[in-house]
Amino acid sequence: MDRLARIFRAESGQVLASLVYFSRDLQLAEDALQDACEQASHKWPIQGIPENTGAWLHLVAKRKLIDKLRQQQSQQNKHKLQLIEQSLYMLTDTVAETDYEVPDERLRLIFTCCHPALNEAAQVALTLRTLCGLDVREIARAYLTSEVAIGQRITRAKKKIRDAGISYEIPSYEQLDIRLPAVLKVIYLIYNESYSAYEGQSLTRHDLASEAIRLSLLMVKLIPNPEVLGLAALMLFHDARLLSRSSDIEPYIPLEQQNRALWKQAQIEQANAFIQQALEYKQRGPYQIQAAISALHSQAKSWEATDWRQIQLLYMSLFQLHPSPVVALNLAIAKANGGQLKQAYKDIVALSEDLNQYQPYHAARGELESRLNFQEQAICSISKAINLSRNGIERDFLIKKRVLLLK
Amino acid sequence: MQFLALIYAGEDQDDVDIETLMAQYQEFDRQLGAADILLGGNALEAISTATSVRVRNGKPELTDGPFAETKEQLGGYYLLECKDLDEALEWAAKIPSARYGTIEVRPVMVFDQ
Repeated sequence: MDRLARIFRAESGQVLASLVYFSRDLQLAEDALQDACEQASHKWPIQGIPENTGAWLHLVAKRKLIDKLRQQQSQQNKHKLQLIEQSLYMLTDTVAETDYEVPDERLRLIFTCCHPALNEAAQVALTLRTLCGLDVREIARAYLTSEVAIGQRITRAKKKIRDAGISYEIPSYEQLDIRLPAVLKVIYLIYNESYSAYEGQSLTRHDLASEAIRLSLLMVKLIPNPEVLGLAALMLFHDARLLSRSSDIEPYIPLEQQNRALWKQAQIEQANAFIQQALEYKQRGPYQIQAAISALHSQAKSWEATDWRQIQLLYMSLFQLHPSPVVALNLAIAKANGGQLKQAYKDIVALSEDLNQYQPYHAARGELESRLNFQEQAICSISKAINLSRNGIERDFLIKKRVLLLK
Repeated sequence: MQFLALIYAGEDQDDVDIETLMAQYQEFDRQLGAADILLGGNALEAISTATSVRVRNGKPELTDGPFAETKEQLGGYYLLECKDLDEALEWAAKIPSARYGTIEVRPVMVFDQ
């Protein structure tokens, strides 16, 4: 990406959110920002890049927005125009060079983009488009789908926001518990998509991961809440281990074989600080529990030295909040790693009906069977996992594992 | 903006006491009145009273029964004036039938002059 594109991407979320705040019209705001970026592409290479690029874009885009609102000439727009003009009144062109700060309205916009009235796929695409500044082509590439499909998804979502009367507001305190989980889920979906790409050959598409982390750090800044902190910590813990997850020779290295010296300590410390801060609220939540599990992995000097007993307790606590077979599977794996191999295997067998189509289930089951020396069963489970895997790197890893079992 | 809250619920709710429900609806109507957002609303007679009409080849065809046989049926509606969808959804969640049925919230279409 060239330098200007990087600047536009970095500034666009905040500038766009503020334009939406004035115009209450996502499309109009996007058009105004687009015009401002075009103007910048012409002017900056000649005049030099301004010191405060966000302010420059914000001011120019606001003027573009005024023009667009005037063209529409509706009664409603008079009030909007007054608002923007008042905000411009204090400013001169030179302000863009100094200490003018673009007001941060991104929290409103993220709650709009992640409104439960929109379907999840639309929430994700809209969030990446508006808050992260990814274009349709980039989103399509990240999700291995066509630009047309993503474009339509975003267009429909914008139409629904307008027609269904979805507001650009931060939910009231009473509504926050209902609305916040959808926002956190979208951020985590974006992160997970980067982590284990379906059908993709590349296991991490780090652009999406860094966008998800950027969004969660933004949420931490804007809205103090234990689950917001928990999610940020969880993703930072995972991301800190990124370098150890693959090498030039091995495209995928499981946790037990990772070189822990490669883990980014500064990031782990930041995550630890978030989780400590979250625990002070004394409100248990799924992201905090998962982050606490990751914290234990990050603290352990080795796979063997991991506090599996504590991890088991945390999975039990997670199961109380979310009694799902996937959580039960993780609980069983923690039991097995803690030494209760036979009990864990019983638990895992009991889950076979619920998780029959879930690739990690068969991979974990095969691993346990091989530890118990049930060689034939292990080969059978790993084969099922291979058939269900939609990720090339993951599949190769499993195939190698099967080869070792066959020896 | 105007929103229509469509109340869908099963007609035979064994576990719902009609008198309690009526009292809850009276209280809800009072709240709507106090908030000054109620534009209209009615309960509908049972689905057994429904007649459906369609005109094909210029001729009205009449059938007894509703448009679609479903477990939950349209039993009533409120027309509300709200500032946005969130406000409409908050009120919809307070409709007594929401606790066992489903409230579908739809904005009323506005035609440009």
